[in-house]
Amino acid sequence: MKIKGIAVIFILLLSTWLVLNHSLQLPIILIGVGLAAFLSLIMCDKCSVFNEIKFTPKAFLYTFLYIGVFIFELFKSNIDIARRVLSPKLPINPGIVKAETILQSQMGRLILANSITLTPGTFTIDIIGNTLYIHCVNIEGDDMEQYAQNIVRKFEKYLEVLYG
Amino acid sequence: MEYLKITGAVITLIGAIFILFASIGILRMPDVYNRIQAGTKASTLGSILGLFGIGLIHPDWMLKLLLLIMFVLISNPVSSHVLGRAAHYIKVPLSDLTLLDKLEEDTGSETAEKEGDK
Repeated sequence: MKIKGIAVIFILLLSTWLVLNHSLQLPIILIGVGLAAFLSLIMCDKCSVFNEIKFTPKAFLYTFLYIGVFIFELFKSNIDIARRVLSPKLPINPGIVKAETILQSQMGRLILANSITLTPGTFTIDIIGNTLYIHCVNIEGDDMEQYAQNIVRKFEKYLEVLYG
Repeated sequence: MEYLKITGAVITLIGAIFILFASIGILRMPDVYNRIQAGTKASTLGSILGLFGIGLIHPDWMLKLLLLIMFVLISNPVSSHVLGRAAHYIKVPLSDLTLLDKLEEDTGSETAEKEGDK
């Protein structure tokens, strides 16, 4: 299964190289292929995280859905924070809540935690086992457990398809 | 071409305004964690919009700028997470407004015992 990890790193490095060079001349492509192959081979001790990526049509569709949801949430969170910061009373009710995740893969959890950090009024402080500890600027409603679960569920349903 | 430049300039301006909000937020928020919140979110969108606007003004640079946006999106939440985790680990106090701290309840057994003695 290491082949898949090496291939993913190779493609990532090669495309980064080509974009940075901004040219498709043969020498540049050859140097890029050589460097990418060398680096992906020597760095593949830890590349097992890339094995969890699924390359199916459904995963492809959900990637786009996920990016759409993510960008929408990013704008929402910024307007929300701007509103709180600018209002004279500073309306915040901060607190640290915990939520369980059903994602098992490391890559899925990484993206989940990063997405939570970039969305309205929440950021991930720690992950212990299956539990995410999330700091919220404004805890709404009476049922705090349910509130925390809702934050996680929003992204989990997409990442579940992508990484399992 | 002219329209593209104006759009790019407007988008860059909006990004700069978001970064201004982030800095006001860092000044006004009561404790470390809320400051990280204000700092991370607004500065991420601010820098993304800024880079994207520059990309519209100079279309040749667009691909490189998209690569930069990717790096910002990956590194910004990770750094804020590490700052927050380190702050909680060395027990930086939360503000008085804080409603609950589940992480303290689950991991900070020492402080819980001290409070129990009182």
